Amino acid sequence: MRLFRRSSPCGICAAILGLAMMGYGIFRGEMPVVLEKAINICMECIGIG
Amino acid sequence: MDKRKSENEWKRHAVQGLWALLTNSYLMGFAQGKIYRGKLKNLCVPGLNCYSCPGAVGACPIGALQAVIGNWNFKFAFYVAGFLMFVGALMGRFVCGWLCPFGLIQDLLHKIPFPGKINTFKGDNLLRKLKYVIFFVFVILLPMFLVDILGQGAPYFCKLICPAGTLEGGIPLVLLNESMRSALGWLYAWKNVLLLVTIFLSVLIYRPFCKYICPLGAVYSIFNPISIFHYRVDKNACIDCGLCAKACKMQVDPVKNANHPECIRCGACKKACPVKAIR
Repeated sequence: MRLFRRSSPCGICAAILGLAMMGYGIFRGEMPVVLEKAINICMECIGIG
Repeated sequence: MDKRKSENEWKRHAVQGLWALLTNSYLMGFAQGKIYRGKLKNLCVPGLNCYSCPGAVGACPIGALQAVIGNWNFKFAFYVAGFLMFVGALMGRFVCGWLCPFGLIQDLLHKIPFPGKINTFKGDNLLRKLKYVIFFVFVILLPMFLVDILGQGAPYFCKLICPAGTLEGGIPLVLLNESMRSALGWLYAWKNVLLLVTIFLSVLIYRPFCKYICPLGAVYSIFNPISIFHYRVDKNACIDCGLCAKACKMQVDPVKNANHPECIRCGACKKACPVKAIR
């Protein structure tokens, strides 16, 4: 609790905004795009594609 | 004092190692030359950890960011950008110091004895801005605008630059799959050259990839000054001995700015302080 009291309000706001953005991203269906990319071998990442 | 500093550093390496093991715990992947395909990969890990590493159980945030930005359907990644903002606002570059597998590799490489290690050089500060350019150009702009006929952008940072992908994904998968070996070309060679350069430079310079190239470090660095977990210097207790600045391998002076964007929160300054003024 002391850590939060000493924290910059900007930091707390940014964390809350980050959570809200994550929620919105999940709501509009971005997670399956991440999953699709992550469960298939990324040819570009490994230097083949 | 030196022994205590070294003990503290090895404790950090133990945490880094445990985290790397935890986030790359699909050990079967290394035996079979395959990658994990489970639902955990919906989630991003905080550090730079290629999702094509055979052991990876989570998604790399930089790869995921490019995948969504480059997708014809979205063009902006609220989920991943929100994740980066949340983690950054919570702990800033603490992730770089404690939770990044590629950071651990560079830390260990820098322990290799070599004559003429370089602490800083002319243009060092300017070169550190390069990671912001790389973030905007290769992670945001190119996947967004340089698209194919379907409107899909490639992950250009992963494709052209990322040595972590080569080390964690490329080399093990190519070694374990004959079909991949037959598909190798100039891109694989280029990425291996970059990896070799990164390895060599890591022996000479402390964390060159984190200082000059890493787009993830660039994002977290923006949040360093405002993050909830941060350092404070008790100016009344500080005796201005300069030991903290001397101990910092990222060349930050905590007395001038305890939450400098380049600080990876490794804790070396805290351990070096004789009066415990850094908390």
